Amino acid sequence: MQLCADRSAADLKQCMPDICALSKSGIGNSVMRKETTVTGKCTETKENDYGDGDRVEIVERWIRKIELYEMGWNLKDGLRECLVAAAPYGGPIALLKGRIRRSPSARPQLEIYSSSGLPLASFPWKSGVVKQLGWTVTDDLLCVQEDGTVLVYDLFGGFKRHFSMGNEVSQSQVLDTKIFHSPYGTGVAILTGALRFTLATNIDDIKLRRLPEVPGLQGAPSCWAVLTQDRQCKVLVANESQLFILDNTACTPVTPPGLSPEASSIVQMCVSFSYKYLALITDSGHVWMGTSNLKEKLSEVDTKIKTPPKQMAWCRRPKSQQPSAVVMWDGLLLVVGESKETIKYHLDDESILVPELDGVRIISGTHHELLQEVPGACEEIFKIASMAPGALLLEAHKEYEKESQKADEYLREIKEQSLLSEAVRQCVEAAGHEHEPETQKTLLRAASFGKCFLSNFPPEQFVSMCRDLRVLNAVRDYTVGIPLTHTQFKQMTLQVLIDRLVYRKLYPLAIEVQQKEESDEVIAKAVSVKLADAAGISYSEIATKAYESGRTELAIKLLEFEPRSGEQVPLLLKMKKSPLALSKAIESGDTDLVYTVVMYLKNELNRGDFFMMLRNQPVALSLYRQFCKHQEQDTLKDLFNQDDDHEELGNFYVKASYKEKRLEARIALLQSAVDEYYKAKNEFSAKATEDEMRLLRFQRKLEEEKGEPLVGFPLHETMTMLLSVGLHKHAEQLYKDFRVPDKRFWWLKLKALAEKEDWEELEKFAKSKKSPIGYLPFVEVCIKHHNKYEAKKYVSKVTPEQKVKAHLAVGDVEGAAEAAIERRSESEISTVLSRCSSTTDHLLVERLNRAKATAAKK
Amino acid sequence: MAQTERRDAPELPDFSLLKRLARDQLIFLLEQLPGKKDLFIDADLMSPLDRIANVTILKQHEVDKLYKVELKPIVSSSDQLCFLIRPRIQTVKWISEVVNSDKAAGRFRRYKIIFTPQKFYACETVLEEQGVYGDVTTDEWNFYILPLDDDILSLELPEFFRDNFLEGDQRWVTTGGSALNLLQSVYGSFSKIYGIGRCAKMVYESWRELMEEGEQRTRQPEFAKVFLIDRDVDFVTPLCSQVVYEGLVDDIFRIKCGSVEFGPDVTSSDKSIKVMLNSQDKVFNEIRNEHFSNVFGFLSQKAKNLQTAYDKRRGMDIQQMKAFVADELKGLKQEHRLLSLHIGASESMMKKKTKQDFQELLKTEHSLLEGFEIRECITCIEEHINRQVSMIESLRLLCLLSITENGLLSKDYRSLKAQFLQSYGIEHLLTFANLKQLGLLEEQQAGETLTVMESKVGKLVNDKTAGKLTDAFSSLAKKSNFRALSKKLTLVPKSGEEYDLRVPRDMAYIFSGAYIPLSCKLIEQVLERDGWTGLEEVSRMLNGQEFAVTGGSNSSEARTKTDAQRIVLVMFLGGCTFSEISALRFLGKERGCRFIVLTTAITNSARLLEALLDNHP
Repeated sequence: MQLCADRSAADLKQCMPDICALSKSGIGNSVMRKETTVTGKCTETKENDYGDGDRVEIVERWIRKIELYEMGWNLKDGLRECLVAAAPYGGPIALLKGRIRRSPSARPQLEIYSSSGLPLASFPWKSGVVKQLGWTVTDDLLCVQEDGTVLVYDLFGGFKRHFSMGNEVSQSQVLDTKIFHSPYGTGVAILTGALRFTLATNIDDIKLRRLPEVPGLQGAPSCWAVLTQDRQCKVLVANESQLFILDNTACTPVTPPGLSPEASSIVQMCVSFSYKYLALITDSGHVWMGTSNLKEKLSEVDTKIKTPPKQMAWCRRPKSQQPSAVVMWDGLLLVVGESKETIKYHLDDESILVPELDGVRIISGTHHELLQEVPGACEEIFKIASMAPGALLLEAHKEYEKESQKADEYLREIKEQSLLSEAVRQCVEAAGHEHEPETQKTLLRAASFGKCFLSNFPPEQFVSMCRDLRVLNAVRDYTVGIPLTHTQFKQMTLQVLIDRLVYRKLYPLAIEVQQKEESDEVIAKAVSVKLADAAGISYSEIATKAYESGRTELAIKLLEFEPRSGEQVPLLLKMKKSPLALSKAIESGDTDLVYTVVMYLKNELNRGDFFMMLRNQPVALSLYRQFCKHQEQDTLKDLFNQDDDHEELGNFYVKASYKEKRLEARIALLQSAVDEYYKAKNEFSAKATEDEMRLLRFQRKLEEEKGEPLVGFPLHETMTMLLSVGLHKHAEQLYKDFRVPDKRFWWLKLKALAEKEDWEELEKFAKSKKSPIGYLPFVEVCIKHHNKYEAKKYVSKVTPEQKVKAHLAVGDVEGAAEAAIERRSESEISTVLSRCSSTTDHLLVERLNRAKATAAKK
Repeated sequence: MAQTERRDAPELPDFSLLKRLARDQLIFLLEQLPGKKDLFIDADLMSPLDRIANVTILKQHEVDKLYKVELKPIVSSSDQLCFLIRPRIQTVKWISEVVNSDKAAGRFRRYKIIFTPQKFYACETVLEEQGVYGDVTTDEWNFYILPLDDDILSLELPEFFRDNFLEGDQRWVTTGGSALNLLQSVYGSFSKIYGIGRCAKMVYESWRELMEEGEQRTRQPEFAKVFLIDRDVDFVTPLCSQVVYEGLVDDIFRIKCGSVEFGPDVTSSDKSIKVMLNSQDKVFNEIRNEHFSNVFGFLSQKAKNLQTAYDKRRGMDIQQMKAFVADELKGLKQEHRLLSLHIGASESMMKKKTKQDFQELLKTEHSLLEGFEIRECITCIEEHINRQVSMIESLRLLCLLSITENGLLSKDYRSLKAQFLQSYGIEHLLTFANLKQLGLLEEQQAGETLTVMESKVGKLVNDKTAGKLTDAFSSLAKKSNFRALSKKLTLVPKSGEEYDLRVPRDMAYIFSGAYIPLSCKLIEQVLERDGWTGLEEVSRMLNGQEFAVTGGSNSSEARTKTDAQRIVLVMFLGGCTFSEISALRFLGKERGCRFIVLTTAITNSARLLEALLDNHP
């Protein structure tokens, strides 16, 4: 992207969201972390010219102390009598409390906290005596026991595994332990009771190495350290004034060049984070600093303190020219560097030093601070009366904000020296090293302002710094408690940071932080791989975060991993991915959810699109139809129309017709139904509907003529009614017009006439032609209406097969008997016999029995 | 004679607990609206509600007046209205109207809707669309299961059938899942789950999801096996006339929520009497599973015994008489009352069912099941329609004909439908559309020829390919395959064999020995095989969707409690008939296990078909 000066306004705006977002992501940064940049006591301080009141004084010298957190833990006795281990890169802190047993039953308590002192785990220690705690590079806690067993716990106190440092160690017990990090991983070095060193360079691939003996070593060495050199881990041991380097094969005596001769013993030593530098302090109070290969001396300072310090650490940023180490005694912290002067800090409380890549963190029972060399850019900009380009640019921007013309003067000054791009770079860099978001913003705004006057300035540095700071502010937040500096962050890499966040189960944050230019697919997969074993992970929650960070596609990819498809839907809707939401809802099998989406879509899309979408989703469609049936009849019609579903449209009109009271409208609806049925090639329904229309017209006509209420009744009913009021001709007409089956008509007329007790008409009917239903129904219907006389008229007409039944129906046992005997049917004879009673002529009974016997023989 | 329980039959779990849970929750919900309130109850919730909390309990929790939801303007002077309803759009729309008309009249009231068994989003949408979402509060009463008897649990959701199978609305699936989840959380986890049908599968999935979300209970299970079955797996059984006492009572008098109202023709007085029909009724309990032909004999024997018991009074001295009155008389009187009721009912049913029509109907039915004399059956059905004997009965026979014959010939299909429309009106075009959709009444497709081809091809290629072919063919035409299934599972015993209904030898006794219900036979087979192995062809003919899953975490533990292993929960999705329950009870006795039926509702042919009519407003 090419930026030109004349497009400054647009450019500025473009940058603004980035900057504004800084403070947004850093929620709560003002709550627990107040930043106090304090100078060393021995240096002169002055109010910074550019400071606007609450902005603090800046150091003139090279050290600044920043308060990271007020610790969230509540430790009664501070760190006293605790075994403490804090992981580098702002890692977690482990405490073993109550190691000195007050009663045999009291157990030590192991507690794990974040860097801000928020509890992560706490449990009573039930294993052996712990000599040392330490953290691995992957944030696992190592507990080295007296017997050489090392127990590994995860960040949340979950036991992972244990391993032994070998027989020799367990026999002679552990005297001292150091846990160290090297390019090979996390290592453990042990000094045994037998005054021998055993070393494992990588605890994930344990190869124990026993180092050679140190000549003349009678008791515990005065101090020792592990360093990696030439791709080998070595141990540096001080025995009084003698110094040895132990490697795999040999024990080599060494001498630090130019070490003051007054010393009779080296009491403490430390190796820098990079293993490149070594610092020693002697019993005479001299601090010697040099390279760890002991070839070069950098400086030596007399502290004049003869008591052995409690801890010592390097405090040096990479590429810095000045050596500096921090030495800690009870209540006192001393920074020594090149000059003879030292900087003293007073310590109120028992503290520990945690060496970092670019400084030292100081953790006490109540506070957590960072001591570091002031980064170059910050010094340049904030130095009193600095004329560095960055400082001028910052001032120019400040004037610009005040709408003062001085802005132009400052700018000119920078531009004249052609230092504007340098100025921008300085401001961006300084922003990276500042912990206070407000300061970060001020600096970035100044940089962005300066950028507007540069035509060819590459934007990457600015953009990536904005992004980095957003990440840093988020993870530095009190609730997360990873106080990384920008330098550490760059060293650690984003990938590792994400790993750590995931390990801490801060999944949403991990996603938020995931800002690299990786494809969404890769990120989503990476996240899922990392979470594979973790049960009960809500991917939708993670995806929500991704979406909130503007990564919609990533969010969708992440949702793919959500096993409960129902969980995916709300977010998909929020992201306006409605078709996907709909299919996911359907997949979930939760119809109510489908409904939610359908209703949402109905309001969201225009009708055509909405229908189109439903068309491909039968489940959703049938649901929506259900809804329309109750709520929106017309929509239902439109729906069928759109689908050219003529069959359903036909049904729709039929249904509408029988709800319609007015006849004309009703017929019109039926006509529509007929048209639709024809279109659907459903001839049967079309014909049936046409018949219905004809029937309705007929009924209306007759209703008008005869005043009989007929409209709306089925054909069968209509005919019955006509017959019952004596409109036989009309009934006949229907019979012919509608091709009513003969049987039906006969049954119908028979019943109707009997109902009316119109026996005369019935007889006429019976004689009109041969009955298609036979004459037994005539007999039965008459009997049903208690007219035996009429019934008997038809008995003779009944077919021979039904004769017996007919006779019995009219109560004529003799007739039945005759018929049965004539037919020689055993079963019929039996039926008749069963109807014979004591009053029956016994001759008849006899005849029947005989006939039965003959029939049976047959 | 009356079947007695086997002595080794496992003890059934106590389901009254479910009622207590439901009652407690309801009371809690009512108390969420403190003060006096009027309660409006959905008509079909009244009976179930009565079984959970009677009026007295409701009054105790400040329910002032009770109204039935009638979808009409209300007359209530209360300032608080509470609606206890099923989640139906129509009802919610009505409530919205009530609220809106109050608003228009400037009247302020508090409204609360309690949806049971759950809230549906669709209902909330209606509230929103009608502009009353903010005026009402809503709650859910998770009253999923009503225990109707010791071994019958019901969701009391008759609409499940139509909604799920006809309308394609699967909202109730989660209800089914929740019901199972409830049973599991109260009675322990299931070790094995079998099922068949699309809905069954979905219910299982929904339940499994609930299970995974919720905490796992590790208590001892009270029933270990579950069988889920969709109603559309077997439509034949519910379409058959019921001839076992309980089923017959349901067909004729309609048992509602475990109780029946006997009219004057039964009570031989001018009053109707409402009777609870369950195992508490000693007389009923002995005849409920009997073929109707045995019932009379049993009842008269019972009457004689009763007489003898009464007769003991003669010759008693005062002391004995006192003891008799105190101890036995009440029981005898109770028994007397019940006996006379059931005798009355039997008489009334006899009158209806021994009529020639009914006998002929049964004959037709049996012919259809056996596949004999189909032409005669069609004539008979035609006459039935022409004479307008009964609309539902005609439909029933038409459907039975279609399913057993794999659809009707084109000519018959058209003519029978035309006749039916002439008899009962054009609106039944819609009924036919519905029946067709469900595969209950269809025109024979070219599918028949396919079947012939299929069997020919089947002989030529191996089984697996034949299976694939069958799949392909069945996707061409949805077929019921009843005949083939019947053959494969020997559902229809060989005709001509004498079947002694007094000593049933298999489940066919519930249909006079003519047919073993497909649903129950499937259950029997799957339980016997502990899965679907060996039933591949059967399940293919039933359109697949079968499953068998080993569930629960502690199946080994379950094995120790053998009683639980012998209790099987059968869930019918879309309803089950009393005949099926009787058949399962019989099967249980044969196998020394017991079945608990969990159904969405009790159904029968009339209910099933009525649900498919399209005269719903």
